[in-house]
Amino acid sequence: MSGPVLISGMALAGVGTAVGLKKLDYEAVPQAGLVSAVFFVASLIHVPLGPASVHLILNGLVGLILGWVAFPVILVALVLQTLFFQFGGITTLGVNTVIMAVPALLGYLLFSPMLRKRAFVALTAAFACGCFSVFLGSLLLALALVFTEKNFLKASALLVAAHGPVMIVEGVITALCIGFLRKVRPSMLRTFGKREFS
Amino acid sequence: MFQEPFARGTSVIHELDPRSKVVVGVSYAFFVALSTRFLTLTGALIISFVLIGLARLNPGAVAKRAMVVNGLILFFWVVLPITFEGEALFDIGPFPVTRPGILLSARITLKSNAIFFTFMALVESMSAVTLGHTLNRLRVPEKVVHLFLMTYRYVFVVEEEFSRLLRAAKIRGFRPKTTFHTYKTYAYLLGMLLVRASVRAERVQQAMACRGFRGKFYCLADFSWSRRDCLWCALMTGLLIVLVMLEWTTRV
Repeated sequence: MSGPVLISGMALAGVGTAVGLKKLDYEAVPQAGLVSAVFFVASLIHVPLGPASVHLILNGLVGLILGWVAFPVILVALVLQTLFFQFGGITTLGVNTVIMAVPALLGYLLFSPMLRKRAFVALTAAFACGCFSVFLGSLLLALALVFTEKNFLKASALLVAAHGPVMIVEGVITALCIGFLRKVRPSMLRTFGKREFS
Repeated sequence: MFQEPFARGTSVIHELDPRSKVVVGVSYAFFVALSTRFLTLTGALIISFVLIGLARLNPGAVAKRAMVVNGLILFFWVVLPITFEGEALFDIGPFPVTRPGILLSARITLKSNAIFFTFMALVESMSAVTLGHTLNRLRVPEKVVHLFLMTYRYVFVVEEEFSRLLRAAKIRGFRPKTTFHTYKTYAYLLGMLLVRASVRAERVQQAMACRGFRGKFYCLADFSWSRRDCLWCALMTGLLIVLVMLEWTTRV
């Protein structure tokens, strides 16, 4: 990745994280930490898909639950991932955070108001959010590559296309998971961090 | 499942002040990421190998992680030479293999490996807890550090809970396939993890309140800066300057 891409990634991630931290009360840090740990573990689940298997990204679900706080949470999860598995890396941390957290945030802004409506509307919205955030994520990655070197165009198109099936799986899992949370613990779907102590 | 195979050790690298390691590692990584000349990148790779040698990391674990990174790089080697436009060197079936494609793949390989090995020698030679404290000392925002340490603390707990739930599902005859049922099972399992995490977080929050938590994270770690750290920083700065010169003066 080229310098401008890395730097703008870092700047965007920095702004997002700053806003996210502002929205995160100190009392809610344990909540955010635990949700972050869950997503870290969940991203290691390999879900079968035809003859192969894919691992979940779940940035749509992170967004729906955390809103703006998704930024710092994703940043932290990526640092841990670098430490444990050597995915990503320090220089691309900003870009990677943007690739995952911007779709999460947009998904939250677009779809979260619908989650408290009728079950059908909520599940459709969650499905759309799951699909959309994976699609947007792969699109952002492709853009970052193309801005680095315009010759990356074909490889990037290949990359977005490869995310097609993953989108569907993510959508289904996000929808079902939101359905579950609606029944079992609806308080988790309210705006994160501003919740009263219960 | 989550291991930090390099966190403990008695090598020269392990005994350096973590602050100097993080600062040097990060600046080195950014410099390498931005340089493009083959001579610079090769030099950087050699330096990173030396650092790995000095840190005396477990060679098996190093190789295993190197495979993960280079697996991804293999994808570039497969895709880039045939999708790039430019002077064709030879053909594989219908695809021309282009020179710029190969050069770029080689560059990516050198660059990623140099960054990755340096990072492994410098930053992974400390535990995540030490890293959190170091970041705190380096004035990274308190909430980020707190969030990082909280996540690290509970990743293991959540992982255990996840394996328990999965084991329970398997005992009832769950076998993952490409079916709606499988996805539903995973989704509900994930939902259950989230619910339990949220309940646990509430308890943690209350326990913290009981112990008088007032919205400040106190970091008690004590680091000591010694003459060796000055020497180390000077050495690495010198090497970086040499690399910068190489980047500016060479053409390849």
